Amino acid sequence: MSHECCTPDENIMILACSGGSNVGQLTNQAAVELTQQGFGKMFCLAGIGGQLSGFVQSAREVPQMVALDGCSLGCAKAILEQASVPIKSYIVVTELGIEKNKNFNLNGEDIRKVVDAAKAARQDGVYVGKDTTDGAESCCG
Amino acid sequence: MDIKVLGPGCRKCQQTENNVKEAVAEAGVEASVKKITDTMEIAGYGVFGTPAVVVDGEVKSVGKIPSIEDVKSWIQK
Repeated sequence: MSHECCTPDENIMILACSGGSNVGQLTNQAAVELTQQGFGKMFCLAGIGGQLSGFVQSAREVPQMVALDGCSLGCAKAILEQASVPIKSYIVVTELGIEKNKNFNLNGEDIRKVVDAAKAARQDGVYVGKDTTDGAESCCG
Repeated sequence: MDIKVLGPGCRKCQQTENNVKEAVAEAGVEASVKKITDTMEIAGYGVFGTPAVVVDGEVKSVGKIPSIEDVKSWIQK
């Protein structure tokens, strides 16, 4: 018996830092909406951080990925680097002109901005964000 | 040694299972090879896709057919 069961190569892995600020939660909500739109599939960054082999190996081997960090602290990026996961398309929400704060009433326009940036990053192989953190922000974005 | 091949049963999954069995035979190691087709059980391994190969509880490969040589490198001590 044969099924067409295997994951298509074009399935895009979406990883969000989902951190404790507006920009962190914007990555989370954008990842949810990208998944609902069929752009890709949100995957569990915490599983990679926890070094669970299924998550780590999946991230290492997936052909297409978009990683979303809320701020320049780059927690998602750091987790991927520690797990030796090659980072492909990448965005940092604060680099899109959205200021970091603790207001969790997320703005629909900001969510759309992150969703659009993720799509553009994937399409163009864009890497939006600094390579190094500046340490100016106080918590995981 | 406990080896699991995760995948509901497509051609890639079957080829993966064949490669694993061949690798076990070539390496001459004692191992049980079990095919896992239940999607909930597969989800429990946290893999993004299938086929996937698990050796003694550690996921070694996801979303591709590993070569016989790859599998041998995982099972030969």
